[in-house]
Amino acid sequence: MSPDSLGRLTRSNLFWPVLALILLLAFDAIVTPGFLSLRLQDGHLYGSLIDILKNGTPTALIALGMTLVVATRGIDLSVGATVAISAAVACSWIASSPDPTSGGAALVGALLALALVVVLGAWNGFLVSVLGIQPIIATLVLMTAGRGLAQLITDGQIITVANPLFAQLGGGFVFGLPVSVVLAAVLFALVALITRRTALGMLIEAVGINPSAARLAGVRARGITVAVYVFTALCAGIAGLMISSNVTAADANNAGLWIELDAILAVVIGGTLLSGGRYSIVGTLVGALVLQTLTTTVYTVGITPEVTLVFKAVVIIAVCLLQSPKTRELLRRRRPAIRPEPVLEGVGRP
Amino acid sequence: VNRDVTDVETGRPEVGRRVPAAPAEVPAPRSGGTPPRTARLRTLTSPRVLPVVVTFVLFVAMFGAGSARYDSFFSGQVLLNLFIDNAYLIVLAVGMTFVIVSGGIDLSVGSVVALSGVVAAKLLSAGWSALPVLVLVLLIGLTLGLAQGLVIHFLELQPFVVTLAGMFLARGLCYVISVESIPIRDPLFTAIAQGSIPLPGDTFISPSVVVAVVVVAVGAYVLHATRFGRTVYAIGGNQHSATLMGLRVGRTKVTVYAISGLCSAIGGLLFAVYSLSGYSLSAVGTELDAIAATVIGGTLLSGGVGLVVGSLLGVLVLGLIQTFISFEGTLSSWWTKIVIGLLLLVFVVLQRFLVRRPG
Repeated sequence: MSPDSLGRLTRSNLFWPVLALILLLAFDAIVTPGFLSLRLQDGHLYGSLIDILKNGTPTALIALGMTLVVATRGIDLSVGATVAISAAVACSWIASSPDPTSGGAALVGALLALALVVVLGAWNGFLVSVLGIQPIIATLVLMTAGRGLAQLITDGQIITVANPLFAQLGGGFVFGLPVSVVLAAVLFALVALITRRTALGMLIEAVGINPSAARLAGVRARGITVAVYVFTALCAGIAGLMISSNVTAADANNAGLWIELDAILAVVIGGTLLSGGRYSIVGTLVGALVLQTLTTTVYTVGITPEVTLVFKAVVIIAVCLLQSPKTRELLRRRRPAIRPEPVLEGVGRP
Repeated sequence: VNRDVTDVETGRPEVGRRVPAAPAEVPAPRSGGTPPRTARLRTLTSPRVLPVVVTFVLFVAMFGAGSARYDSFFSGQVLLNLFIDNAYLIVLAVGMTFVIVSGGIDLSVGSVVALSGVVAAKLLSAGWSALPVLVLVLLIGLTLGLAQGLVIHFLELQPFVVTLAGMFLARGLCYVISVESIPIRDPLFTAIAQGSIPLPGDTFISPSVVVAVVVVAVGAYVLHATRFGRTVYAIGGNQHSATLMGLRVGRTKVTVYAISGLCSAIGGLLFAVYSLSGYSLSAVGTELDAIAATVIGGTLLSGGVGLVVGSLLGVLVLGLIQTFISFEGTLSSWWTKIVIGLLLLVFVVLQRFLVRRPG
């Protein structure tokens, strides 16, 4: 590889997260032989890689919506609460319906939950775009009140459901892959297609760079802002259904707890700047996978699961530092301009 | 390379307009003689002080409503219990006020509270005496805050992300030290925990309240009456302008996070005294309470506006909601969250219309 292209590669926003992911997987493969192997059983794929995909799906899905919100220079802290509300509504409806095992109850419950979270997303969008409240505080309102609302819906109880159709969402398989993974993959592909093959992505970025300028240039900044919050809430709602379906219960206290932070992290690790105006869907996907692989790695190696947090902190700091323009500037200043070899070493010890 | 950052700051028309007012108006009632009545009225209704006045009125109204509804509510002790039960939160809110006024945010405070408690409990149970433990815990908090501030300022990373990492790091370190709750049996800690200072009218406060009140007083003095405090307001109003004015932006920003770290450690010690234990899972989500208290107390999350006494009132309002729910008896605990959320909403919308509309 020529020095020039190596330099360009390390400057790419995707380079460090992808490298982190590869290193983590390589580490796992060495420590746990057979980590990367997949086996087919009853027509379903099993293996650690599938587990990573499956466990990481809710976070990845929420991070997908969060990416668009962050691209408009916003942030949505309320997704964790939205997860809890969605799970609470769906499970309460199913549990209280005349036939809790029927497919109809599951469908109506899920649709009801999604309809409600769309309203919640529109509420966030209204606060941010119409009233002009800063996103972090506007969504803090729902973050605080939302979990209370979810507990109100479930009456503080953990509601268990035994509905075969509903259980499919979190535990079923299609084409050998978990249903949730396929669903999330389709959504990722759709969003990438719609925002990158039309002007929508550019309009979103325009809103993030300067809302007033975008509005004056004829971009419907208000509509776009509301739309991204609604979409994020919808993603969180679907994630809530997946989580509650996976454990066949709605736990208003713990469903989606701190998932907003993981989702924001995934977005940041993927190279989307919190200052808005630029985003990467692929980056977010990689970011979410890095987080989940990290968690799985800590479990596989046999370190106390609680210590994951320390590793998470180290990874966040490392990735953010490597992506920070300021760090790169400092590093560039320190070493001679055109020497290919020290590029990787130099970055390794800042 | 820095174009992104400056674009964001200079690209918004409202920041420039708001700046000159921010540092000049805030610590208004400091003039020596008694100002004319109209001037005093104008101070009370200025967009920077009015939210605090509203919070105060709300607090009085809530206290009045409680007194009308419940028999034993109207007493000095119920009021003082707000201080006793929330002493640690008051200290956290003071630190948070500094950070938010400077235009940043600190998500790590809850975890630092837990870490302080766990470190203190672990060292005390290992036979250390109380004084070195206190000093060490305060140093740890200060160092964590300082480190976050240095990263935020010199590497130009967003405070949200850096303090989020700090939150994970501190919480993770708690688990590394101990997963189980460690009881504290140190004589000094238990003495402080059981100590009570009698006040007139058959009421009392705990020693922790004294610490909290001192922190509030020192915080208010530093933020409202020193050159450092003025610089914090200036940075929150517009960091770019503050730099151009030749203010010590870097040093001030780093110090603000160090102050928040120190306050978190003090809060952590107060919490350890209050619960007489150190537990990794304690104080989860406390950062949100501190932020909510600060916002309800009239501090703008975009920076440049806020008073320390407002944050104190914010904590008291949050405490009063808890008191209501415990007096009511039949109300479930989740109503606390819903009411806090509603209050946040009211205050955020209120501020929105008081402070001039950007853009």
